[in-house]
Amino acid sequence: MNTQIAQKNYIKIIAIAIFLLIGIAASIASVCMGSAVFNVQESLKAIFVADDSAARLIIWNVRLPRIIGGGMVGICLSLAGCLLQGVMRNHLASPSTIGVTSGASFIAYLTLVVFPHLFYLLPIGAILGAFITTLGIYLLAFEKGVSPVKMILSGMAVAAVFGAFNDIIRSFFPDRIFNATGFLVGSLNGVAWKHIQLIFPYVVIGIIICLFLPSKMNILMLGDEMSNSLGVRTEQFRFLLIIVSSLLSGAAISISGLINFVGLIVPHIARLIVGSDYKYLLPASITLGYSLVVLCDLIGRTILPIGEISVSIVISFIGAPFFLYLLRSKSTN
Amino acid sequence: MYFGFKDVTIKYGKNLVVEDVNIDFPKGKTTTIIGSNGCGKSSLLKTIPRVVVPDKGEVFFCDKPIRKYNPKELAKRIAYLPQVHQSPSDIDVKTLVSYGRYPHKKFTGGLTKSDRAVIEEIIEITGLTHLSDRVLTTLSGGERQRAWIAMIICQQPEILVLDEPITYLDIGYQLEVMEMIKSLGERLNITIVMVLHDINLAARYSHHLISIENHHVHIQDSPRVMMNEENLNKIFRIGAQIHEDKKNNCPFIIPEKAIN
Repeated sequence: MNTQIAQKNYIKIIAIAIFLLIGIAASIASVCMGSAVFNVQESLKAIFVADDSAARLIIWNVRLPRIIGGGMVGICLSLAGCLLQGVMRNHLASPSTIGVTSGASFIAYLTLVVFPHLFYLLPIGAILGAFITTLGIYLLAFEKGVSPVKMILSGMAVAAVFGAFNDIIRSFFPDRIFNATGFLVGSLNGVAWKHIQLIFPYVVIGIIICLFLPSKMNILMLGDEMSNSLGVRTEQFRFLLIIVSSLLSGAAISISGLINFVGLIVPHIARLIVGSDYKYLLPASITLGYSLVVLCDLIGRTILPIGEISVSIVISFIGAPFFLYLLRSKSTN
Repeated sequence: MYFGFKDVTIKYGKNLVVEDVNIDFPKGKTTTIIGSNGCGKSSLLKTIPRVVVPDKGEVFFCDKPIRKYNPKELAKRIAYLPQVHQSPSDIDVKTLVSYGRYPHKKFTGGLTKSDRAVIEEIIEITGLTHLSDRVLTTLSGGERQRAWIAMIICQQPEILVLDEPITYLDIGYQLEVMEMIKSLGERLNITIVMVLHDINLAARYSHHLISIENHHVHIQDSPRVMMNEENLNKIFRIGAQIHEDKKNNCPFIIPEKAIN
């Protein structure tokens, strides 16, 4: 958007409403469609009436938690990516920048490949692993405060080290690697209500953030000197945002495994459509994140005659062409 | 002390930037800090938004070190404009100016009626009314700088600190912005502290000049007293003709030769 006059605010609100509608439509379609197809009436009955019908069994126990869980994963990852792209003042930042991916995947290798009898520790291990790795990267980059550049570089170094550890594990346990595939290629297969309980508090945190933080985020975008002089405790705020992002993405990863592109491309697309004002960018990222994951999971479940493609793969297939498109449109700007 | 530096020493690692700086900025007047590149003027100013922390000494405001103030409360009284600006590429003028009201924001609130009134008034005073919906990056250098200054004026400060506000501007825009700063200072009765590179503009628009040279404060005095041959030799290492600008009632110099 290279026009002289700024985009009107009501257009941004309409865009957010459209994202929301896409999410609702995708949710309804996801409830009805799959290996067994139900119409809307049957589906509604299955949700609200607890009987022994096949519809109830499938929809209530399998599809609904999968949709809601997937949507929450989308919300958490998009929100984390949105916050991090702001904190790092770098539009290429994503949860993997702060080491969440490295930490969680290392825990996955430990609990699924090296000590498979400890598999039940994976969800909580992933969150802890992600969080501790983020803290570690922050402390490594700390010197009277943390500059975004130092943090990014420090994250890259840590990712390299963890990658090396993972490679060692792979070479020692070559026959057990497939245990970890379900985690490393993120998927919503098997998401149940108990997972929803785990991730729900983080979604609530996320929504609260959307209500109270936009103006502070906007000030942060003006640079450290400016935000300090406007009254923001910049260093503290940055730390808070990094920790929150780590927990949000850790929670998401613990349910679905690694879904790499969501945290990166959703805030990007949202920014292209509603602009950089966090008052609109945060709700846009959340609604778009929900919709994208639910939609891609639906596609993954229904596109093959038998079996499914995991949501992470579908999102990657959408993500790569998108990146190429972005690259092209930026170079012509 | 109303506003100033007390025994401030700044070091970057082992390198000394400035040492034992004691300045008491005169209230209600415009003071400009001048000196050659790298002498520490910007670093000194950066201690005010606490981006640089002095190794020794403190910045004082109303007899209290500024680190003892709540940041938001301080932001309602001291405004600072850095040399280099960062902003999102799609921001419009009105939104940028509205960010200056942040220190006055209540916890849950957005912009109140009185916030909007202040923003409208300041956009008018700074001559930005016809530009308020424009994207910032499409404005001229002078217009953009006016927008940034409008933003910090929205903080309704009693002190304005400007780090090289006109260094990157064409000469026409330099004058436009300096005139605006001057009229804002008079109209709103605020204390202004600036760092400027241009000696003549510094002389014309300041009541008080401070020079920094060789890591120390060299001279603090009015432009007329300070602008003599000896000082120009020492501070800027030039020999120059010194004339009187009768219209603007200030000295001005014509540089003649470099002295090494």
